[in-house]
Amino acid sequence: MEYVIIIISAIFVNNIVFSQFLGICPFLGVSTKTETALGMSAAVIFVMTLATLVTYLINYFILVPLQLDKFLQTISYILVIAALVQMVEIILKKVSPALYQALGIYLPLITTNCAVLGVTIIVVKKSYDLGESIVYTVGISIGFALALVIFSGIREHLDLMGMPKGMRGIPIALIVAGILALAFMGFTGLV
Amino acid sequence: MEEKNMNNNQIKNFLKGFIKENPVFVLLLGMCPTLGVTSSAINGLGMGLATTFVLFMSNVFISAIKGFIPDKVRIPSFIVVIASFVTIVDLLMQAYTPALYLQLGIFIPLIVVNCIVLGRAEAFAAKNNVWSSAIDGFGMGLGFTFALVVLGSIREMLGSGAIFGYKFINPDADGILVFVLAPGAFITLGYLIAIINKIRKTV
Repeated sequence: MEYVIIIISAIFVNNIVFSQFLGICPFLGVSTKTETALGMSAAVIFVMTLATLVTYLINYFILVPLQLDKFLQTISYILVIAALVQMVEIILKKVSPALYQALGIYLPLITTNCAVLGVTIIVVKKSYDLGESIVYTVGISIGFALALVIFSGIREHLDLMGMPKGMRGIPIALIVAGILALAFMGFTGLV
Repeated sequence: MEEKNMNNNQIKNFLKGFIKENPVFVLLLGMCPTLGVTSSAINGLGMGLATTFVLFMSNVFISAIKGFIPDKVRIPSFIVVIASFVTIVDLLMQAYTPALYLQLGIFIPLIVVNCIVLGRAEAFAAKNNVWSSAIDGFGMGLGFTFALVVLGSIREMLGSGAIFGYKFINPDADGILVFVLAPGAFITLGYLIAIINKIRKTV
């Protein structure tokens, strides 16, 4: 039951894009087509879950026992994520070329996706145990995928609309995101 | 003559971050903290100054050691330098401005992945000398701060009828609450960028 609450709250109530403002760059960058949005979402779900698992183990088995977690957390996490992304890329290339074809171009972009680093830090701040951390991360990444896919669907239509020149592109996208965020506020108080 | 030209270039280098290459309004970098912390002007100012510090220090440091870094491990080395300065800011703010630190929360450690910092390191500090990199970092940082304060002030004025915490409407009245919440961030920034696009096209 606890896990259900965590996952619902991570997908809807505390949606990573619309209420926590993380991962805005890929959200605006790769959301012009639904197809690319799906590819990016899959890559994010994969890397984020893996990153939380690895950083959780590093934090509680290396940094905390050595009392280094205050000083080295940010540095070690970002390096682990960068290395992880690189490793996933190499392994995928060898093991599953089809999957690599689909996710390949999105992987390098993920290193600078603040959602990944953000979630690994939030998990520590909330002092979740390993199970809760993984469930929370999966929920957050599904929420990211949901936001990205809905948004890309709307943006495909926006291209065909008439509007003042200055509003084209990012400005109108941001305003649409604002209206979507307003819709997501309806979930407040769900759990 | 030569010297005057140099000075002019440095001034241009410093000023470009404000309007012409403003990181937020024009380059569209660092969107997450821009939207996340600007619920009031003072939060925007705090975040902007923290980022300016990191940007300035990492630009200086990276341009000073750029000769020693092999090209292949350039990006990871930059990230380590940036992350070290972010940790310094994080600990300093925790010690000296605890209230602001709590307000900004997760966005302080996330300065590491702010595209502006790595972007300036790669695009400017890795190619220029220490002095111009310092000016570039400082100018860009202040440009970012400027954008955050503008956005924060507008949202605070509309959302709670106050600016920098001083209320200018009837103390019992409420503002338009939605502007200090998440949707207001997106909508305000959207209109701001549209207005700036318009101004840049006509000038």
